[in-house]
Amino acid sequence: MLLPQTHGHSTSPFEPACLTPGPPCARLSAHPASTAHPPPPTDGIFHSRLGGGERPRAKPADGTFHRGGEGGRAARGRRAVGRARPPQRPSPPRGRGFRAPSSNEEQPLSPPSLCVAAMTQSVLVQVGQCGNQVGCRFWDLALREHAAVNKKGIYDEALSSFFRNVDTRSGEDGRDISKGKICSLKARALLIDMEEGVVNEILQGPLRDVFDSRQLITDVSGSGNNWAVGHKLYGCQYQENIVEKLRKTAEHCDCLQCFFIIHSMGGGTGSGLGTFVLNLLEDEFPEVYRFVTSVYPSGEDDVITSPYNSVLAMKELNEHADCVLPIENESLFDIVNKIHQMVNSGKLGSIVKQNSLVTSSAGSTKTVQEKPFDAMNNIIANLLLNLTSSARFEGSLNMDLNEISMNLVPFPRLHYLVSSLTPLYTLTDVNVPSRRLDQMFSDAFSRDHQLIQADPKHSLYLACALLVRGNVQVSDLRRNIERLKPSLHFVSWNQEGWKTGLCSVPPVGHSHSLLALANNTCVKPTFMELKERFMKLYKKKAHLHHYLHIDGMEQSCFSEAISSLSDLIEEYNELDATKAFQPLQLSRMTCRVPTSCHSKMRLGQLPPKLSV
Amino acid sequence: MSIVTVQLGQCGNQIGHEVFNAICSDVHGTHGLCSKKENESYHEASKERFFSEEKSGVPVARAVLVDMEPKVISQTLSIAARSGCWKYDDRSHFCQKQGSGNNWANGYSVHGPKHKDRIMNLVRKEAEKCDRLSGFFTIMSMAGGTGSGLGAFVTQCLKDAFPASFILNHVIWPYGTGEVIVQNYNSVLTLSHLYRSSDALLVHENDVIHKICAQLMNIKQISFRDVNQVIAHQLGSVFQPIYTGAGPLHYSRSPLGDLMETLVPHPEFKMLGLRNIPQMPENSLAYSTFSWPGLIKHLRQMLIANATMEEGIDWQVRPPRPGSSIPSKHSTSKSLHFNTSIANLVLLRGKDMHSADLGSFQDPALYTSWLNPQDAFNLWKTPRAFNKYEKSAALVSNSQFLLKPLDNLVGKAWNMFASKAYIHQYTKFGIEEEDFLDSFTALEQVISSYTTL
Ligand SMILES: Nc1nc2c(ncn2[C@@H]2O[C@H](COP(=O)(O)OP(=O)(O)OP(=O)(O)O)[C@@H](O)[C@H]2O)c(=O)[nH]1
Ligand SMILES: [Mg+2]
Repeated sequence: MLLPQTHGHSTSPFEPACLTPGPPCARLSAHPASTAHPPPPTDGIFHSRLGGGERPRAKPADGTFHRGGEGGRAARGRRAVGRARPPQRPSPPRGRGFRAPSSNEEQPLSPPSLCVAAMTQSVLVQVGQCGNQVGCRFWDLALREHAAVNKKGIYDEALSSFFRNVDTRSGEDGRDISKGKICSLKARALLIDMEEGVVNEILQGPLRDVFDSRQLITDVSGSGNNWAVGHKLYGCQYQENIVEKLRKTAEHCDCLQCFFIIHSMGGGTGSGLGTFVLNLLEDEFPEVYRFVTSVYPSGEDDVITSPYNSVLAMKELNEHADCVLPIENESLFDIVNKIHQMVNSGKLGSIVKQNSLVTSSAGSTKTVQEKPFDAMNNIIANLLLNLTSSARFEGSLNMDLNEISMNLVPFPRLHYLVSSLTPLYTLTDVNVPSRRLDQMFSDAFSRDHQLIQADPKHSLYLACALLVRGNVQVSDLRRNIERLKPSLHFVSWNQEGWKTGLCSVPPVGHSHSLLALANNTCVKPTFMELKERFMKLYKKKAHLHHYLHIDGMEQSCFSEAISSLSDLIEEYNELDATKAFQPLQLSRMTCRVPTSCHSKMRLGQLPPKLSV
Repeated sequence: MSIVTVQLGQCGNQIGHEVFNAICSDVHGTHGLCSKKENESYHEASKERFFSEEKSGVPVARAVLVDMEPKVISQTLSIAARSGCWKYDDRSHFCQKQGSGNNWANGYSVHGPKHKDRIMNLVRKEAEKCDRLSGFFTIMSMAGGTGSGLGAFVTQCLKDAFPASFILNHVIWPYGTGEVIVQNYNSVLTLSHLYRSSDALLVHENDVIHKICAQLMNIKQISFRDVNQVIAHQLGSVFQPIYTGAGPLHYSRSPLGDLMETLVPHPEFKMLGLRNIPQMPENSLAYSTFSWPGLIKHLRQMLIANATMEEGIDWQVRPPRPGSSIPSKHSTSKSLHFNTSIANLVLLRGKDMHSADLGSFQDPALYTSWLNPQDAFNLWKTPRAFNKYEKSAALVSNSQFLLKPLDNLVGKAWNMFASKAYIHQYTKFGIEEEDFLDSFTALEQVISSYTTL
């Protein structure tokens, strides 16, 4: 039972920091000093688990067990529902990826006041050291965000998108509870690493209770910074295990919409096994979206083989991901430095709320010291939180996850989205004058707010999404789009290539925030640099033998990977050419124009070549 | 007679909610400014049109709420229930777990066939509650996936299932500067499909309403709610009970039927635009007085100059002089901006509306030559004031209002289509290039028909 009096005695690591129940410290802006340590819990609702020795809940809230308990578990096989199939399929397929309609679904919603409408869920797959460290920050901040919004401690729809609510009375694998008080929150996640260190640390840290042993896959020896070891060797070895755990995770979802893979490109496990998992996901859950957050190695990366690993991984991303959010550590590092400078420069420091920093963990569950990467990883965690906010919380213009690829991916392979987060910090004043709001929009397009080393303003936009949270209205969006438009280059066939979303729940500690996602040719230099570094090694055949002796690894894997990357670069080149040279743009279009097009239509609007 | 409203997608549900709010607050406002008897019969007719009575006494909207994601509907339902003034039927909604992702093909080809039975069942139930059904009013946006794609599909189903009823589609035109990247594709597909099965399309452009909010309503930070309230007000000013030409003592028998009869004389022309006057913040109303001649003069110039609101009207635009169909030297570009009508309907509400002279709307120069001006213009009126406006006038026009935005939209969509961008997202759900081409052809036809009026 979550009896208030148990808090003082509980041994649960969540108790002291208790996910900021009660007023989130962010709101206590008058006492910036208190923000480092959240106030003691007033109503201990946000445990991820019951404290040791506590009695289990007496009864489930009005018998409303999650139907995962019956229909879900019983309906064997994959229940994932993502994108529906094209209509030409004769009858709705039952097996693969589809969920037989449960009796529950036939019912209309319950009366408005009780209306709990089911939403979609997402699953995080964190692979390798980087993936797991970032993932860890994500879960921490996600709990913090929900704790700030969900004051009553009721397991709601928003929470359900990333967390299960599990009844732990009957041992570890309790049934899901779909309604009522939060019992024990479990992350919808799969943690994979071929070393034990990082995952073990997580399991001993404050987040240990949101994961259980059935969500982990570890080995002891690591992949030795070798993509082939991760992809081919471990892939083969762990395939069944991974698939089984993925299915299990998917079975707990009522309507699984999206997988988020978090990994790095430079190493062996994240890059090799991470992309192996990506392929598995495509085979096993073709209907479910695959978003990949990929951390790219920086120029002076200490892993010598990182160019190989990255290029080999890129081919898989090209072919199997729906969207990739590339991230460069250099950029994260710069951003963290910039924030520290701002905070420590004195003037701002006194009025900046500590836990409104994008990099801050203040007010979160974490009580142990920050690790050096934490501040950087918090930025990625925030990216994912903002990306999914509109799918979790209401707003006057919702932007579901399936709208991201629909709007931002004009051609299947061009699915790399450059992201930027603003503001990086918020002043304590929550009454935002519109000038400062406008600054948030301007910053999102500046070079130093991008999560990769790129300058979207001076490259070509194929499409751009603005995901806004908090007290921002449609007029603010329109005003800023009109203001910024003249300084940006959009591809000729998508001059109004904007997608907008308005979510009314701001991030913790902010009154508003913006995530900009750009499908922009500015990613090209990153890829070109990668290619260059790859070629330097490859020409000398350096280290190749470490790869080639792995079963299933051929020389052709390298040549195919590099040509896949070259093709991608070429596609960006072609688009860039349309920017510099208007006439060229037309000839490019002619080759893409539908062959069957009715010749007399719209001749005026067509490139001249077509009209003859 | 009653109208069953079908609210589709986020936009449709958010606007539908405001429409019922506006109607309810108009009916309960104390500003009828007419005889008690008049006011009572107005009440009754309005109730019958939009609400059914429940035992509890709280009017229940004659509406079916449809979306493919749950958040908007659950919010709409609970806000309506909290208002206490009216509510939605607890069982008259349908939602799924994830939206159509702005993909028209997903809404039309996947969600449509899959959920047809359940949606149509809800509609049928709502229709059966009506003693006399005039028809269906659907509210949706063109830019998203659910309102547009599923909306187009449902409209087709309505036409098949209720061949004797009228269907009026209310359509929200997206902001021109872009808010859904594939909005032009979705719009082209929506409009072309609606053109086949709808009786008429009543269009509101978000840009226009946004401007009204900024310039006439003086709203600094404009939210969708503000926009929707203006739209709801305009719709209310058309759909609340009013006496048709038939006689001073009869409310329009079939609100939708009468509308089609007056405004859609030919199936090739079914794009309707809506203008109203005055439009201002509530707290300014008390300090303003209006005269019918002034209102009518403005409204007419808004019509012929294609102005979207009473501010910034181009007063230079004049109807072409009779007989001079070829623009002469000095009629220059101004007469090119002249907006030719097929049919117009003016609705006057409020004090002394009998004194209003609408002769200027009957000028044959305003209309295309193939329709008799007497048939092309209609006037409906009621002494009952609408929504706190002592006098107000609305104009529903079947004219070249939408020609330019439509031409722009089709042009942009075509430009994108020529590069084949985003096509794969549609073919994935069974909408092929051929389907696009058919839709382009259909709309080019509409454009050329309206151009050559
Ligand atoms: N006027 C007005 N326009 C809206 C509103 N909500 C959305 N829109 C417009 O509707 C378009 C987006 O379509 P939505 O209605 O959100 O999409 P949907 O029908 O729910 O379809 P999916 O979300 O793709 O499944 C854009 O043009 C928005 O500007 C609203 O409340 N009022
Ligand atoms: Mg929607």
